Parts: sequence; structure tokens; C-alpha cells
Amino acid sequence: MKKLGDVLLQPDSFSELLMGNHALVRAMLESGVRVVTSYPGSPTPEIGAAITSLPRDQNPLYFEFSVNEKVALEVAFGAAVNGRTSCVFFKSVGLNVASDSFVQLGLMDIPGGMVIVLGDDPGANSSQNEQDNRHFGRLSYIPIFEPKDPAEAYNMFKEAVRLSREKHMPVILRLTTHVCHAKQKIEFAPLKLEEQDNKPGFSPEKYGPYIPLTSSVFELKKIALERLKNFQEEMEDSPFHEVINNGSDRGIITTGLPFKSLMEVLPEIEEEVDILRLGVVHPLPEKLIIKFLKDHGEVKILEELDDFLEQKIKSLAYDHNLNTVIEGKVDFDDWIGEYTPDKVWDVLEKNWPDLLSSREERKPIHQAIPRPPQMCPGCGHRSAFFAIKKALQKEDISVADIGCHTLGYLPPYSLGQVLLSMGHSSGTASGLSLFNTEKNVVAFLGDSTLFHAGLPGIINSVFNQHNFTLIIMENDTTAMTGHQDNPGSGRNVRGETKKIAIAPLLESLGVEKIFEIDTYSQAKLTDYVKKAVEFDGFSVVIAKHPCMLKFSREQRKKGRTLKKVQITDKCREIHACVSAFGCPSFQLNQDGAVWVHDDLCIGDGSCIQTCPVQAIEIKK
Amino acid sequence: MEKFDIYLIGVGGQGIGLLSETIARAIDHAGFEVQGVDTHGLAQRGGVVESYIRIGPSHSPLIQKGKADLVIGLEINEALRGLNNYLRDEGTLLYSQTEWQPLAVRIKEDRQDVSAAIAAECNERNIKKVIADKIKLEDARMENVVILAVLAREKIIPGVKKGHYSLALQDLMAGPVLDKNLEIFLDVFGD
Repeated sequence: MKKLGDVLLQPDSFSELLMGNHALVRAMLESGVRVVTSYPGSPTPEIGAAITSLPRDQNPLYFEFSVNEKVALEVAFGAAVNGRTSCVFFKSVGLNVASDSFVQLGLMDIPGGMVIVLGDDPGANSSQNEQDNRHFGRLSYIPIFEPKDPAEAYNMFKEAVRLSREKHMPVILRLTTHVCHAKQKIEFAPLKLEEQDNKPGFSPEKYGPYIPLTSSVFELKKIALERLKNFQEEMEDSPFHEVINNGSDRGIITTGLPFKSLMEVLPEIEEEVDILRLGVVHPLPEKLIIKFLKDHGEVKILEELDDFLEQKIKSLAYDHNLNTVIEGKVDFDDWIGEYTPDKVWDVLEKNWPDLLSSREERKPIHQAIPRPPQMCPGCGHRSAFFAIKKALQKEDISVADIGCHTLGYLPPYSLGQVLLSMGHSSGTASGLSLFNTEKNVVAFLGDSTLFHAGLPGIINSVFNQHNFTLIIMENDTTAMTGHQDNPGSGRNVRGETKKIAIAPLLESLGVEKIFEIDTYSQAKLTDYVKKAVEFDGFSVVIAKHPCMLKFSREQRKKGRTLKKVQITDKCREIHACVSAFGCPSFQLNQDGAVWVHDDLCIGDGSCIQTCPVQAIEIKK
Repeated sequence: MEKFDIYLIGVGGQGIGLLSETIARAIDHAGFEVQGVDTHGLAQRGGVVESYIRIGPSHSPLIQKGKADLVIGLEINEALRGLNNYLRDEGTLLYSQTEWQPLAVRIKEDRQDVSAAIAAECNERNIKKVIADKIKLEDARMENVVILAVLAREKIIPGVKKGHYSLALQDLMAGPVLDKNLEIFLDVFGD
């Protein structure tokens, strides 16, 4: 068996079929990174899984999942100003959380070097929006590399570290979902782990000032702009930019994965068009772009998400009096969704349909039934939503938050009517409860999210005496992103740690009304939620049950067989189990009979109490 | 090797990631160029999961709609979805008859004869239909190794042979888990 950790630590050069996220860890090792931090979020958490796969006694990296992206970024920054090369990685919207500190990085002299790996998510595959984080690079004077595939991500990371160290500036490596998760055979260079010294390198005298206040702000900003200019000049002829010259009068400027989609939809002989692919998207290689514009009568900017390149390239053309026809976004559809090959086909068709390979539209005879995501068999959140729904009035307001429990907004529970961001629920619920005497307000919050960004909203609810009920959906882990530990788990990536228990934490904050119950005690949970909602003021219900996906996987790993439930002949086809409780293990025959799918059932038995005629039992 | 594109589809929890990794490694062991990509994230929770594998010279890891040479469906409703969205005319559909009812069926909002729908579509578009052997398995995730064995036995992926699949399994598993999987693989392969 090829263990990932052993593969990544091989001293000699080798080639291996690896995912982008995993390949990055080899790049970290080769380039002498010492400190890596993160908060888990798709599409990047597999970077953490690859780091923790390294055998502990051979792992030169310090790694932590911090409580949120801002703290992760600060830990990486602190290490880097002390001379340790660092890397922080997180998902697209994670940068919003980190942004207060992130926007300062450009002003800082970072002698150790620091790379920010951003997992943007065009197509919103697993995010609440598809924000274009290239804007953040411009906002903060920080350069951005954008690879087209895993092999390039590996090479660009090493180049980003080299430049970051040399210029003492932060560098962003912006990946998108299908670069993070794509797999390809990658050629890896040899790895020589060198002894690194632990002498503190932090020196405000030598590299500072690090206090950006009063007039030093302007001085630091000027240095940031100079560093960026210097970076731009060096990157003008970077090998990461790619020009495909077929001698055409028409050209396309593009980047990253959309480039690969473009190559896919062009017919095999693509002599009709020239292509400039940019490997650095901020700051732009202006001379290279101007030359490309001058060489072409018409240029199409093919870019995913916003018109970031388009605006800059059009202004370059204006400044240089170029009369090249520049085509950017045609309509709003061009702003929306991932630039897959099919999407690029749609986008290009609006300008140059003659360039495209053939495509047939067909209509299937029978459409497949949609399959929305749902909570796993045995999930404690299912018992919670089933019980909570019974405690609330139909017109009550429910505020969702981020986690597996977000799925409660779907039928059959339909709990959770508004969602902004990680940890927003207490704040939003507080606002909803103002000048509102008719409807109760209930907010949900996961345990990892509580520690991540939920605490300020909770403290504000105590401080400003808000009136709503917060239900904490505690499952002891960060389930949605792959079961990373959180401060309430009692473990971190290195092992045991002090567990921060939620109830005493809330008590110490002055929350007056706290209920705590395992969600499998459904009747009690219903009762507690009723009482909490009746309470005049801020109340909390901790509705806890460990993640059963994690539990069932651990059981299977240990070789244990899971029990199953079955339907007995007492069944009167009331369908509470299959339709209202909604565990996916229950299957419904056309004639109304219900049966339990052994592929799915984990024998947790949380369903037994949902049957009004006691027709569910554990199979002997 | 000529281009050959494979689209895999199933339900979160069926272990499509491991199946896709095994097939990609088998292709690599056969000496062909390969790339691919899986879906990750929230959709995995009981929703549709998909994976793309591309053999031979290709650019994007993603396959265009209606252009896959082979669609592998780990679940019958998903097989229909994959067939409709990704399979080219005259391609091959390999699927398992396992059914995990979608929510709409369980809450009585929808229902259809999926086998008939698949048959009609395959018939209309000259698609070769291969149904994976139905075997009693102690763990539903072992269905994946049945799929592997059928791929090998029916020589569905050109140039990828029994030995390549078995090497791929050895890359990814060890000990009793490997033994168990190889046993099922050989059993279904008919060796």
C-alpha cells in the first residue's frame, strides 16, 4: 500500500498521480516551509489531511487548524516575521473572516516569507457565494499566482515561496475548486530536508516598523507599492505565462482552469486564434499584454467570475492608444458559474461561434429525480430538527448557520430561513427579534462555528439583552469539511488537548437560561425548546449528539458490524419514519409498505421513538 | 492510446472517491496518460457525487456534457442522471441496480420506473448497457470492487486489464481489507 505520507517524503525525484491539494504539501516540504495554519473549508481541507498523513517523527512542518481563518493567518504572519517561512490556507469566504489582518500584510516586511493559499469556489460547489478573491489582491497590494492544474500549483507554490522570501512580501496562490481536487501524474523534484535554525529572527529595528500608525502608514504603503512594482517587473517574462501563437488576428486572454476549458472546446486544429494565458493575475505583466493587444485586431478576455482582467486590460489599451477591439463580458451569464468546458462554449459562442467544435443539444426521454443532499443515517441533527419542529409554531422565525445542520432548511424539516455567513445567526436573530412581539426567533449554530465566529454574537446577545433562542447543534467535530477537531473536541492535530466545554463557557458569559440534552432524547428536547422559547430573554439549548458518520466509519474500521433496525408487522403505514423523520434508510414501496435499507441503516435506533405504533425495532 | 472519457456518478456515502482513485491508478499502471477530478464538500452528504476520469491526451479534467465514452452509475437513479447528462450516443453504461430512494420518492412527491427509463434511453441512442452482478455483500461499499471486476471482465476500458486493477487495489489497501476486496474481485471476474 502506498501511504500518502511516505509518498510525500520520498527523498528522490518521482512521479505520482496526486490531487492538487496533496501535491502542494510536497511543495511545502521542498521549499522549506516550517509553519502551516488553516481553518478547514472546501476546496482546501485535503491539504491538512496530507500534512497530518506525514509520519509524526519525520514531519518538519508545524501545522494547526486554528479556530478561524483570521487567527490562522495571524499565526502564520507571526511565524513569518520571526523568519520562519509560513503558509496559511483556507477557502474563498475564509478570506472575509481573515481580511482585517490580511489587508495589513502588504504593508509588512516579512523576512521569512509567507504564502496564502486561497481556495476560490467558482460555481459555489460548497460555498454560500462564488466571490472573486482577485479583488483582495488589488485591495491589499499582494500579488496573485493562478495555476491551471495540480502540477503547476506545485511549481507555482515553490516560486511563490522563493519570491516571498526574496522580497519579504506575502504572495497569494489562488486555486479554484477543480484545481484543488484535480488529479494528474506530477513530476516531483528531489527533497532535501535541511536542518533549520531556531534563532529568533524578529527584528523591528532591522525590518520594521511594524506599527502602522500615523505617518508610518504612508511610508509603509509606499514600500508596499514599490515591492509590488518590483514583483511585476520580475514577472513580465515569467515562464508561468503562456503564449500560443498561430499567427491569427484574433486573440484570447485567459487564466487558470478556464484556459484548459478553452483548449477543450476548440477543435483540434486551432489555427484560428492565438492565446495568452496569464500565470500571474495581479499585478499584470503589462508589457506582455500590450504586445499581445498590438499583435491582434480583436481580443477576447475569457475570465471566470468578475471582469477583473477586463477592466485593467481595457485601461491599459486606453493608456497606450491601442485600437484593438477588446471583448469582455457580454451579459450577466458571463459573470455567473464555473468556466467548465460547457460554460466556455456558451461564453465564446456569443463572440466567435465559428471557433467552436461541434456540440449537440439533446433532450432525455425521462429526467432523473433530483437528489438534494441530506443528513446521514443516525445524524443527531435529524433527531434535533424533528424534535424542534414540534416545539415551534409554524410562523416562528428560524435562522440557519453554516455546518451540516444547514441542511435542516430542506424538507421535510424546513428549519432555517436565512443564512449569511459563519456565526451570523445570533446577530441576525437579535435584529429579527427587535420590534417583534408576535413571532419567536430561533437561531442555529454549530460547535466549531461557535468557536470560529459565533462567540461575539452570543456575547452581544448577553450584553445588549436580546430576546431569542439559540440552539447549539453540537456534534464534537467539524463534520462537513472532513471531521477536523475543534476546541470543543478535546483533541487537536497533535493529540489530546484541553476541551472547552460549551455550557460552562456560556454560564461564565452570563447566559441565564441554558438547557443541554442529547438530541436522541427527542421528547425532552422538544420540551426544552418550548421552555427556552417561552423564556423572556436570551436562552440557549445545547442539542448535542456526536457525529454518527464519524462514529460509523470508526466502527467499520475496527471491523465491527453495525446493527440494523427493521419494521415489524405492527406497521400501519403512517409513514412518520420515512416522510416526517426522513432518515434515508427508510424506503417506501409504491403500495405504501416501508422497509429499511441495510446499505444505509447504522442501527442507531433514533427512529424507534418516531413511530406512533412502535413498529420499529432493532433487528436481533 | 486514443481518448477515452469516463464519468462516474453515485450517492454520497457509496465510496465513489475510492473507486475513482482505483480506476485512475489502474489506468496509470496500464501505462496510459490519465487525469481526473472528484466532487467534494457539502453535496457529499447523501446527495449526488460525481467523478471524471480522462484517458489519453485531454486538457480540462472535466468532461463536456454528452461526450463521455463510459458512464458508471453506482446507483440506478444516478445511472439515469449520468446517462442523460454525460454519455455519448453509442457509448457504454455500466451500472449497479442498487437503489437508494431520493427524498422526493420517500416523501411521496415523485416516483418512476428507473430501469425502464434507462432501457428506453439506451435503446434510443444505441448505448451498450452493462448491469453489474448482484452479489450479497457484507458492506455496501464493497459494491465498488464488483464494478472494478466487471470493468476488467468485460474489458470495458480499452487496454486496462485485470492485473492493472489488482495493482491499483494494492496501492490503496493493505491487510485484511485488501484480501477481502481481492477475493470479491477475483470471484466476480471469474478466475
